[in-house]
This record gives sequence, structure tokens and C-alpha cells, in this order.
Amino acid sequence: MMADPSVSAPKLEFAAGGGLLSRRMLLRGAAAGSGAALAALAMPRPAQAEPALPEWVTVAGERARGYGMPAEQEADVQRAIIEPFGDLARAFSLSGTPHHKLRGTITPNGLHFEVHHGGRPNLDPDGHRLMIHGMVERPIKFDLNALERYPMVTATHFLECSGNSFFNAVMPEPMQSGCDMLHGLLSNSEWTGVPVRVLLEEAGVRPEGRWVLAVGNDAPSLARSIPVEKLMDDAFVALYQNGERIRPEQGYPMRLLLPGFEGNMNVKWLTSLWVTDAPAYTKHESGEYTEILANGSSVKFTFAMGVKSVITHPSATMTMSGPGFYEISGIAWSGAGSVRKVEISADGGESWAEAALQEPVLPRALTRFRLPWRWEGAPTLLMSRAEDATGAVQPTRSSWKARYDPSNFLHYNAIQPWQITPEGSVQNVYA
Amino acid sequence: MSMRSVIAAAALASLADMAAAGGPGLGVPLAADESPFYAIYAMPDGRGLPPGSGTAADGAEIYAAKCAQCHGETGIEGPIMPPVGPNDVWEKPAGKYWPYATTIFAYIRRAMPLDAPKSLSNNEAYALTAFILSRNGVIAEGDTITAETLPDVAMPNRDNFTDVWATQGAKPW
Repeated sequence: MMADPSVSAPKLEFAAGGGLLSRRMLLRGAAAGSGAALAALAMPRPAQAEPALPEWVTVAGERARGYGMPAEQEADVQRAIIEPFGDLARAFSLSGTPHHKLRGTITPNGLHFEVHHGGRPNLDPDGHRLMIHGMVERPIKFDLNALERYPMVTATHFLECSGNSFFNAVMPEPMQSGCDMLHGLLSNSEWTGVPVRVLLEEAGVRPEGRWVLAVGNDAPSLARSIPVEKLMDDAFVALYQNGERIRPEQGYPMRLLLPGFEGNMNVKWLTSLWVTDAPAYTKHESGEYTEILANGSSVKFTFAMGVKSVITHPSATMTMSGPGFYEISGIAWSGAGSVRKVEISADGGESWAEAALQEPVLPRALTRFRLPWRWEGAPTLLMSRAEDATGAVQPTRSSWKARYDPSNFLHYNAIQPWQITPEGSVQNVYA
Repeated sequence: MSMRSVIAAAALASLADMAAAGGPGLGVPLAADESPFYAIYAMPDGRGLPPGSGTAADGAEIYAAKCAQCHGETGIEGPIMPPVGPNDVWEKPAGKYWPYATTIFAYIRRAMPLDAPKSLSNNEAYALTAFILSRNGVIAEGDTITAETLPDVAMPNRDNFTDVWATQGAKPW
């Protein structure tokens, strides 16, 4: 079938320099009109003879299987694993989500990022208990079966390691890697579990109980001090991730979920909530997750993650398939609430166009943004800039760097520029 | 009272319980001897520290055998987060940067060495703490570290932090 000539020449509505098109075109395209016309550019010509039949339509398909797996051809969609100290410390590892190979907002469970300070424990769920003790009226414990009977909540939230994007924060020259290495310590899931408030109220927190030490049931017994206010607000003990039991890598059989707070505080394999009157100053809140500032002093208890965005399509290591129409697509998030706005520049920040945000835009969750774009084949500097509901806007890399000691690689949320060469190669740059 | 109204009354009573606590109240009492040592943490003021003691000399031997491989022969080489500062590897060495010395003991006792966590005794962890503090010049070489002396160690970087939670709560810094 030939394309309808009446829609074959869409009127392009430009929104900013560098070929950025109006997001309204995207919305109209969903109905028909210009979007269909753009799609029609790739319509195949009708063949003369009956084509040969592929084999799979001539034989019975495969039998059912109990747990579905990705297509064999997608076997290269993997987390990027970094073991910074190699054999010397294999239990210390990072695994980055390959955002450049994913679309949508939910991270598949097998691709959720991991940061391990002591490896993944071989934990027996029958022997696992969650204890609530310290400054409480009634020290109590729960096994998994007991928690299963509690009223649960379901909420979609991102988790981001406070060290996400650390290569961009500290490497003198931009590293040419994909979004798995550059921004992969970030994922987004629908979590289901029991509000911590319900469990703390059952134990009865004494008036002097202001902080709670959360401890994991893993080799290093990872521990973080958390203000009671956060636990009484929106925290929960997550038992399910995207509908199924939490994966061993994510804290099976239960983890703490603190919406918007840095990943390390969302303690996996949660076994103890010890109520205290002050923070314990654990190793992770003393040195690992404090930030040294430009003036040599440090900041501590920097819990929430700042507003941030990354264009995933196109992104570094990709190659453009020639000039013409593309949809710019990326993810935005903030630990302070919802994403209010994402702007895109295709001319190095000279002009900006507002991207369409995929509904629902949820607080402290990944938001997918999109904008149609006609790439002319010229050198192009692409950037996205997110603003959250509090009005906070992503900084440039140079203004972020100016706040911190050169060694700091935590809480990096600067704008990510991608340079597209005339040949169509997409490269990481600092701009 | 009929059986039906007994059941209804029981159901109402349990709903009232749920409303009080927001849940079914299935927590089981936790006895004091049921929670392992790592379910709590040594606090900066010394609460939670177990009895024991050690010196830098004792610690040096343990360090050479079990720690130097990752943290470096003298504590500054690394490659992994050397605890003695200043060094060229890690800007936040435990014995110099961390605000409280109690953290050094607590972390060693529960998490170190990486491949055999919790294998060190309390005395060994106190000795290693003394060794690290001594190497950083925070205590004298001959000082003995105990549950009583450790909280009194004045860490040099303690007053060099801004408490962001206390200052602005959950607003990202």
C-alpha cells in the first residue's frame, strides 16, 4: 500500500535550535497525522511474488515454560559489572543497569543495579528474622510469614547509589562508555511491602527514640542510621519487587525502602531496626557516604538524591543511522519529589525545548521524557535539564565541581551532554 | 450470645486491635539474648562497646597478617581505602577523617576482614583500632584502647562536618 500523499509531507513545527521539534507533534502523531507520515517514510515497497515463509510459521511452537526468559537474541542485555579491586576484593562490586538498552520506566528485576560491600549472602529465609529493639516499649521480632499477613503498600520508586555517575564526576577526561557504566547505578521498580511505621508503632518507640539503626543480614552487617521521621513517613519493608519476591541481589527476603534517599540507606537483607537517641556514625555515614567540599570541610547525613536526567536515546557508544527523524528519549528523577519539567537542547545550550513527560509522573520515581527531533547530520551537542517539584534544577558539571573537593564523586547530578559527530558517533563530553 | 454474634464480636475486637497498631500485631517478644552483637552498633559515647582492650603493638601483628594485603603495608599504600592518612589513594582515611573512633572498632569487629568477617575477637579489634589510631598520630604508640578509653579519643576531623539533615532535612544538599 502506498502512503497517502495527503500526509506524506508533514509540516514540521520546530521548538528550538538543532532540529528539535515540538512535543505537540509527538502527541498528535499518536492519533495519526504527522507521526504516521513520519513512520510512512520507512514503508516497504510491495513485493511482486509471494515471499518465502519463515520456518516458524510452518511448525508448532515451543512448549510452555514455568518462568519466562528474555529472547536468546537479547542475551547481551546485561548489567555492566565493575570489580574495582579484582580478585583482592571480589565481594566489593558494582553492577550498572544498561539504560541505553531499555525503554519505559520500570527496570527488569534481573537488571536492577547492585552495589555490594560484602557480596550477596546465601541467606536462608526460614532462619531470617526482623528485630525491632532498643528504645522501644516492646522488643519484638518477625519472621517472613508474619510480615506476609500485614497490610501492604505498593509504590514505584527509583533507587540510586550516591556514587552513580562517578566516572563523570572525577575522570579528567570523559570516559567513552554506555549508560550502564556512566549512569547505571540507578534503577526503578514497583515495590510492595509493609510500612515501617506500622511495625515501629507495634514495638512502641519511646519519646527519646529519634534515630533507628538499620542492619542487613549480610557478611559485613551493613548498617545505617535513619531518622525516625523518615521511617514514620513513607518508608516500608519491601518484600516484593515488580510483583515477585525481591531478588537475592536486592535483599531477599526483605529490604528497607526509603523513597528518594541514597541507595546505601535502603538496607538489603534487613534484619534489625535498633532504635536509638542519636546516629551511630556507622562506617558508611562516617567516611563512605560523606562529601568533602571545596573548602575542605565535609557534609554528613546528605540523604536525599538531587534532581537529575539523562538522555538514553541517543547516548554514548551509539551510532546514528543517518540524518532524519529520531525520537529523543531519556529518564529524569528527583529524591525531593516529582519531575516538573525536562528541557532538551540540541545546540549546546543556546536554546531549549520542553520535552513531553510520560504519565503518570510519580514522586521519587523515574519519569520517561521524549521529544521528536530531526538530525541534519551536523555536529550536535545534546543535553537534557530536569527541574523538580521544589524548583531545583540540574547544575552544569562545572558548577557542580565548583562546590566540592576534586576527589568527591558522590551525589553527582550534573547535566549530561552527548556530542554527535557528523559521522553519527555519539560521545560523552563535559561541554 | 449466639455463635454468630460471638464471631462478629471477635472480628470487631481484632479490627480494633488492628486499628490501634495499624497491623495484626504478630510481632513475637524478642529476648535480650536473642539479638547478635551486630544487630546494634557502638555509639560515639561508648554505649554498646563490649569489654576488651588492645595496644598498637598487638594490632601491628594482626594488621600485617590480616589487613596489609588490602590496605597496604603501613596503612597508606592501599589499594583499598587505606586507613592511615594522609595518603595518595583515599581522601577519607578511617583514622584521620572519621569523626568518632568508636566506628573503627565497630566496623572492624562486624565487617573485617572482607573474606572472614566477625572472625576477629573483641581484643583483636581493639588492638587494630589502637594500631590505626597510633599510625595516624591520634593516640600515643603505647596507649591501650579499651571500651572506656575509646570514646574519649578526640578525632581531628570531628568538628569539620555540616549536618545536612539537621540543617535542612530531606532537601537535597
